[in-house]
Amino acid sequence: MTWWATALPLVPLLPLAGFATLALARRLPHAVIAVIGAGSVGLAMCLAAAVGVGYIVSGGPAGVVVWRWMEVDGFAPVIGLRLDALAAVFIFVVAGVGFLIHLYSTAFMAGDEGYRRYFAGMNLFVASMLLLVLADNLLLLYLGWEGVGLCSYLLIGHWYRDAANGRAARKAFIVTRVGDAALAVGLFLLFGSLGTLNIRDALARAAAQWAVGEPLAVTAGVLILAGAVGKSAQLPLQTWLPDAMAGPTPVSALIHAATMVTAGVYLIARMHVIFDLAPAARLLVAVVGCATMLLAGFGALAQRDIKRVLAYSTISQIGYMFLALGVGAWAGGVAHFVTHALFKSALFLGAGILIRCLAEGHDLFAMGGLRKVFPFTGRAFLMAALTLAAVPPLTLTFNSKDTIILEAWRSPTGGAVLGAGALLGAIVTAAYALRLFFLAFCGPVGQQARRRPGALMVVPFVLLALLGAVAGAPDLIAAFTGRNFLLDFLHRSLPALPAEAPQPVWTGLEQIGLAAVSLAGVAAAYVLYLPGRRWLAKQAAAPAGAALRRLALGGFGFDAAYDLLLVRPFAWAVRAGRGDLFDLLVNLPAHAGDALHALLGALQTGRLRWYAALVVLGAVVYLALTVLL
Amino acid sequence: MILPWLIVIPAAGAVAAWLANRVSTALCRWTALAAMGGQLALVVYAWAAHAEAWHVGGPGVPLRFAAAWIPPLHVSFLLMMDGLSLLMVALTAVLGILSVAASWRSVVRWPGLFHFNLLWSFAAITGVFLAEDLFLFYVFWEMMLIPLYLLIRIWGHERRRMASMKFFLFTQAGGLLLGILALYFLHARATGVYTFRFPDLAGTAMSPAAATWLMLAFFVAFAVKLPAFGVHTWLADAHTQAPVAGSVDLAGLVLKVGAYGMLRFVVTLFPGAAADMAPYAMALGVAGIVYGALLATAQSDLKRLVAYSSISHMGFVLLGVFSWDALAMQGTIIVIVAHGISTGALFVLVGMLHERLGTHDMRRMGGLWAAAPGIGGAAMVLALATLGLPGLGNFVGEWLVLQGTWRASPAFAAIGTVGFVLSAVYALRMVQLVFFGPPAPERQRLAGMSFRETAMMAGAIALLLWLGLYPRTFLRAGGPAVTALRDESLRRAREPRHPAPAEAAPPGEGAPP
Repeated sequence: MTWWATALPLVPLLPLAGFATLALARRLPHAVIAVIGAGSVGLAMCLAAAVGVGYIVSGGPAGVVVWRWMEVDGFAPVIGLRLDALAAVFIFVVAGVGFLIHLYSTAFMAGDEGYRRYFAGMNLFVASMLLLVLADNLLLLYLGWEGVGLCSYLLIGHWYRDAANGRAARKAFIVTRVGDAALAVGLFLLFGSLGTLNIRDALARAAAQWAVGEPLAVTAGVLILAGAVGKSAQLPLQTWLPDAMAGPTPVSALIHAATMVTAGVYLIARMHVIFDLAPAARLLVAVVGCATMLLAGFGALAQRDIKRVLAYSTISQIGYMFLALGVGAWAGGVAHFVTHALFKSALFLGAGILIRCLAEGHDLFAMGGLRKVFPFTGRAFLMAALTLAAVPPLTLTFNSKDTIILEAWRSPTGGAVLGAGALLGAIVTAAYALRLFFLAFCGPVGQQARRRPGALMVVPFVLLALLGAVAGAPDLIAAFTGRNFLLDFLHRSLPALPAEAPQPVWTGLEQIGLAAVSLAGVAAAYVLYLPGRRWLAKQAAAPAGAALRRLALGGFGFDAAYDLLLVRPFAWAVRAGRGDLFDLLVNLPAHAGDALHALLGALQTGRLRWYAALVVLGAVVYLALTVLL
Repeated sequence: MILPWLIVIPAAGAVAAWLANRVSTALCRWTALAAMGGQLALVVYAWAAHAEAWHVGGPGVPLRFAAAWIPPLHVSFLLMMDGLSLLMVALTAVLGILSVAASWRSVVRWPGLFHFNLLWSFAAITGVFLAEDLFLFYVFWEMMLIPLYLLIRIWGHERRRMASMKFFLFTQAGGLLLGILALYFLHARATGVYTFRFPDLAGTAMSPAAATWLMLAFFVAFAVKLPAFGVHTWLADAHTQAPVAGSVDLAGLVLKVGAYGMLRFVVTLFPGAAADMAPYAMALGVAGIVYGALLATAQSDLKRLVAYSSISHMGFVLLGVFSWDALAMQGTIIVIVAHGISTGALFVLVGMLHERLGTHDMRRMGGLWAAAPGIGGAAMVLALATLGLPGLGNFVGEWLVLQGTWRASPAFAAIGTVGFVLSAVYALRMVQLVFFGPPAPERQRLAGMSFRETAMMAGAIALLLWLGLYPRTFLRAGGPAVTALRDESLRRAREPRHPAPAEAAPPGEGAPP
């Protein structure tokens, strides 16, 4: 076994040890908590990098079995980890972005009464997420899958005194659990049909046993998609993510933007063989992705709360990743995960600085002109927003989205409809990204800062924004040699779409076209949203505009519909049946006995005349009956 | 000679604790704790001493004990311990310790009598798990009920009289004694041999109709204990009104007697009839999973919530046993052990809250995290175990049951999986109502966890982690025994239905002599 495979368990173990220490040791000073919390993730990041280098040097995936979990009648999942290109990309992003956000958190959460609890939860999250992507079998993956869901729940509800936060946390857990339950059924199906939950074996057996279009494969694919849809907040289970913004902002950055919500992308990419065997399920992935991307993009255009804009944007961007997976551009979807993790967490950290330093940090319309209040933060924020909008050459990271749009056109699964959707999405994305920047940072100054952000908050933020802006550069440079950097690396684990002969001129034209599309979005934002513009406000005041705006603000009625169709009937039924119908039934004889007892007891009055009268009455009735009958 | 001692130690401890109370209450409590500790030590010794033997299962049962008892009636004092019994007795000992520790401060009225009843019920339950003679089994079965009735009746909460009566009446349902005697005579008629030893009775020739009725007599008795959907209503009242130790005893052990009975008797004594029953039993199982969870969601009384969650979890046992799948049946062992520990600990925790707040009503709690983070943390872990978080014991059991059930019936497995969602609804609602939200002003300060309380919670959580991360320890001990039961039952079910020559006999007449 190679050295780096042996070291693999240490990667999730380090943050896990951090969690255990923080959970058990009481009365630690905050400085120690910060060192343990951020340090364990930092070490994990270094180790992840070392392991990744080991993988690249040795050239082949490898794994290690830590112990055998259970062994029952041929079902023998192990606690085993395995690293390939896909997992390597994920662990590095998870640990790296995780470390920067932990650093940021040490300042953001300073003085919080739940400081220890916060870092314990964050460390457990990183450990679970690393386990999820390193697991070599689906049961262990499911453990990580549920583990990240738990941490998401705990951290959304971190400020537990407000019952609304608890509601948001439970909503997140329960809605994703619906998807998780479907995923569990999918795993039962896979084990029932293939006889193993080991990922490699299961995929190999599926490829051997199932023909393309096999109904079992389609069912399995749809169930896996249902699990992914829950965790990644895609239609129709996307409703929990905007509410999840109740958590502290770094939590939103790490869990609800960069990593956990992309677990669904990881799962589908990991199970790509099943989806290749089930074209219907794969097409469904693309359709769900495209629809979510557009809907959430329009939703983002209407939000007032800076974090909710970013939440809708996250849903929308993950929709892009799903679209890529659905058209078979597996590596393209994962590449977009990488860049998205960087620029979206940067945007969240920037929003966190505003929230921390302004009196009213959530409402975009109470901001404005912050460019002058936070000049440095403003520039970095603009860089991240331009990366989200994908405007070359202001950012070097436009290619991850461009790849998806082009593949959506080109792929046999894709086509004009999905491709046009992806293009429209690019305009919307650029529009809401710049709307966010214009509303917060341009125009007259809305409010002054209460405090200045510390270096521990600014440095990780700027670093992530920078990394996000240049993440596409290696691929751009490699493109001159006709190769790819990240995509080729990912193609070690994931199949590539059949490549066409590269035609530089045509590719160049495509790039220019896509840049023009992004610029159109930016221009639209400039025309419509720059503070001082009146036209849109006028439209929104008209009845039709107001209705449309309310619809988009409320997430297009999904919440209301679920509330009406599911939550309320459920609550009503549960409340109505609280007394347990069966108990009423069972108590019936007891009550009847009591009633009879009372009746007969009432006869026993102790008065002789009453008894005598009853005896006579009885005799008369008896005689009358004998005579008459 | 280990087996009789496993019963004698708690029984003698019961008497000793009663007597010790004349000296001092502390001595009484320590005596009871020592007795249950002794039982645990002995069962762990038995486990370790025969470490390899548990893999054999079936006829190679490592531990037996035989003595004559009532020769004219062919009743003998037969004990045997295979892997299934081993796990059950180990669970009894662990929950015994937990019960005694949980009553340390809360039981002040007649502690001598209390501990006598408590330990006597543990002795009887141990006997139920070890008996190899059906008559002896029935003696232990009845012996277990009286002290439990008294525990609820004397030391219970406000409505204890109603609850104890309901408990007692319900547990008399089913015709266990009738079934045992009928089996005894049918076997004698078929073979001329009178015996209560159930491995011998397992092959008894009888008409299918007789087999169905006898199977139902056993099934109903165990289904009430389990409790299965429809006959569950004693449980909520009994749990709610019982003292903490009584609830631990009920949820951790009495329910498990039902599960044990299903595995040990219903499946093996009447394989054919039970196989015909399987779809209905599985339907009852999933109905219990869903119904119990729905009712748990609606409760405002914390104890009632936990009680209804037990109904939901026990549905997995019924589903697993009657799916007849090797994976699912072994999963039921983990469900049984994990549920015993997690729910037992949850009841102890509810008791700890009651000691501090004087109520079980969740509407009068809220925001307790600030005042009692230790209790909150423990409650969170136990709630997560209840909702089936991977890494904790309940998940392993429920996953194995569902995954095995899928092979027998995908539809039932899929419906059972709904339990994953519903359990999250009620478990998180519980944590929210008790620990989160705005704290009530008068609840700013609560006593922290004492060493005793910390030890109880830490022990339970450690066991749940063990069950969740390395269930092989338990599966290797109990699995082969259950697989042996299953194989035996499958073999019998495949044999031509007895008796071939009896076709000419009038229906219901049974086998010819």
